[in-house]
Amino acid sequence: MLRRTVEELSTGSDSDYSNSWISWFLSSKGNEYFCEVEEDYILDRFNLTGLNTEVANYSQALDLITDNLDDEIQDELRGSLDVQARLLYGLIHARWIVTARGLAKMLEKYKKADFGRCPRVLCQSQPLLPVGLTDIPYEKSVKLYCARCEDIYSPKSSRHGSIDGAYFGTSFPHLLFLVYPHLIPPKSGPPDVSAASGSTSTSGGREEGGKRVAGRRAREEVDVGVAEGVGEGASTAAAAMKADRYRPKIFGFHVHEIAKLQRWQEAVRDKQVVKLEEIDV
Amino acid sequence: MPSSSASSTPTSTLTWISWFCSLPGHEYFCEVQEDFIEDDFNLTGLNSLVPFWKEAMEMVLDVEPDEDSSKIPDVSIVEASAELLYGLVHQRYIITRQGLQAMADKYEGGIFGSCPRVYCQGCYVVPCGRSDLPGLDTVKLYCPNCHDIYVPPSSRFQALPGAFFGTTFAHLFFQSYRELAPAPFYKPPTATSPGRSPHSNGSESVSSHDEPFVNPNPYGGQKRAAGKVYVPRIYGFRVSERAKSGPRMFWLRLRPENHEELDMVDWRGRWIDEVDDDDDFDEDDDEDDRPMEDFDPVSK
Ligand SMILES: [Zn+2]
Ligand SMILES: [Zn+2]
Repeated sequence: MLRRTVEELSTGSDSDYSNSWISWFLSSKGNEYFCEVEEDYILDRFNLTGLNTEVANYSQALDLITDNLDDEIQDELRGSLDVQARLLYGLIHARWIVTARGLAKMLEKYKKADFGRCPRVLCQSQPLLPVGLTDIPYEKSVKLYCARCEDIYSPKSSRHGSIDGAYFGTSFPHLLFLVYPHLIPPKSGPPDVSAASGSTSTSGGREEGGKRVAGRRAREEVDVGVAEGVGEGASTAAAAMKADRYRPKIFGFHVHEIAKLQRWQEAVRDKQVVKLEEIDV
Repeated sequence: MPSSSASSTPTSTLTWISWFCSLPGHEYFCEVQEDFIEDDFNLTGLNSLVPFWKEAMEMVLDVEPDEDSSKIPDVSIVEASAELLYGLVHQRYIITRQGLQAMADKYEGGIFGSCPRVYCQGCYVVPCGRSDLPGLDTVKLYCPNCHDIYVPPSSRFQALPGAFFGTTFAHLFFQSYRELAPAPFYKPPTATSPGRSPHSNGSESVSSHDEPFVNPNPYGGQKRAAGKVYVPRIYGFRVSERAKSGPRMFWLRLRPENHEELDMVDWRGRWIDEVDDDDDFDEDDDEDDRPMEDFDPVSK
C-alpha cells in the first residue's frame, strides 16, 4: 500500500492514530464526507451485526481497517481487500453516524461546511449534509440534503458524486435535526459568518423572534457553534412563510403559467401552516 | 490590430467576437451578429454605461482604431469596456429571434449544464441574471423544471455579470420553445410499484409515460415534468410534520396532478370552493408509508 506509506512518511507523526488505516482513508482525496468511526465502536461486534454477509473477506477486511492485518498477507490480496475494507468501513459509517457520538462528529463537519453549500441561490450558501436514497449498497450514489429548502442535490465534484449513498444512509440528516432541533436553519436571512448551521433571521417581525434571540444568547455561552437556528422553544409551524422564492419575469411581468403554479404551491403551503398552527407544533 | 495587445486580441483569422466567446469561462455567451451591433437602435442607452465607447466598439467590431487612439492610457481599459459593451449587447441580442435560436442550439447541446437538484433529473438549465444592470450580481442558472435559480458549479462562471444575460432571457426562451419547458402539473407513474401498496388498484399499472404528453394550456410548457419531490425519512418512516424538524418546504417543489387543479386557487392565492378540508397533499401520494409518529422528539 504505497499511498499509505507515503502518508506515514509525510505526516511524520508518532501517534498510533495517524498511522491507522482509518486516518489514511479519511485523508484520501474524495473521502472528505466521511468522519472518523471510533475504534471501540468498530471493536464492539454487536455494532457490526449482519455486515459479515455484506462484505467478502469480512474478517480480513475488518482486520485491515482496525490495523490488525497480518503483514504476511500477499500484495495481490491486499488490492481486493482494500475494496472490501472501504465497503465495510462505509457500512459501519452509516450505522455510526446515527449514534449520539457519530451525530456529534458529523455536526462538527457540518459546521465547517465540509459537505459543501446549497447551490440554490435563495438558500444563501446554507451548508449541506450527505444523505443516501437507499440504505442498500451499490444502488445509489450519495446526495446532499439542504435543511433550508429541504431538498436534495447532486455533489458538484464527480469524486463525491461516485460515493455510495448507503455509506451515509437515508436517515442521517433528518435524525440530526430531530436530535438537535435548535440547529434547524431558519428559512430566510443571510448565512452566519461562522458558517455553522446557516443563518439567524434578521427580521424580528414575528412573535417568536424575541424568544428566539434570548434562547440563542443563552446557548452561545455554552457553545457558540451550536447557537444557531430557529431556537429551542420556537414553533416551526409557520417557518415556510419566511422562505424566499424566485419569480420568473419577462420584461418585469410574471410568466402566467409559472405564476399560477407558484400561487397553487403557496396555497398548499398556507394550508399546511394553518393545520400545523392548529395542532401547535 | 495594434501588436501591443497581442496577448488579448484574436489572431487575424478570428474575429474579436469569436475569440471572446471561445475563451474559457465564456461558454455561456453566443456570438452576436455584427449587423446587430452595427444597428444603433439596438445600442440605445448603452453608451452611458460603457466608458471609452468608441474604442470599445472598434475593438468588438475589429475596426482599425483612429490615429488619436493614443490618448487611451492602457489597452486593458478598452478591453474591459469592450467586454462590458459586448455583454450588454448580448443581453439584448439573446432576446431576439436570432439570439434565442443561437442560445437554443447551445441549450440542446447541454452547454449550460443541468439542474443540481436530484429530482429535476438532469434537466438542462439556462443562464440568467437577477438584474439587467451590470455590477450588481453574477450570472445564475435557471431550471425550467423547478423554476428556481442556482449558483453555477464552476468558479470560472462565478465572476460573470448576470446582466450579460439579463432577467428576461431565460423566461422568454421557454415561452418561445415551449417543447423544452416542463408543464406545471405531474402525474406520478402508477407502474412503479405494482402490488406494493394494498390501496392501489392493479388495473392502472400501465405507465403513463408511454403516451404522448399534452398540456391542455397551449401557451404553457409542453414537456413532461420531472415531478418527484423528496420525502425525508428516518428508518424508512417519513418524518412527521408534527415534529419541529418535520417537512415545511415540500410545497416549493410540488405540482398538482393535472392542469385543472391549478384553477382551484384564485389570483389572490386562496382555494376556491374548498369542499374537502382534510385533503392532505403530502400524505395521499404513497399510502404505504406510515407517518413517523414514533420518532417525534421525546421532550414535549
Ligand atoms: Zn437549499
Ligand atoms: Zn431544477
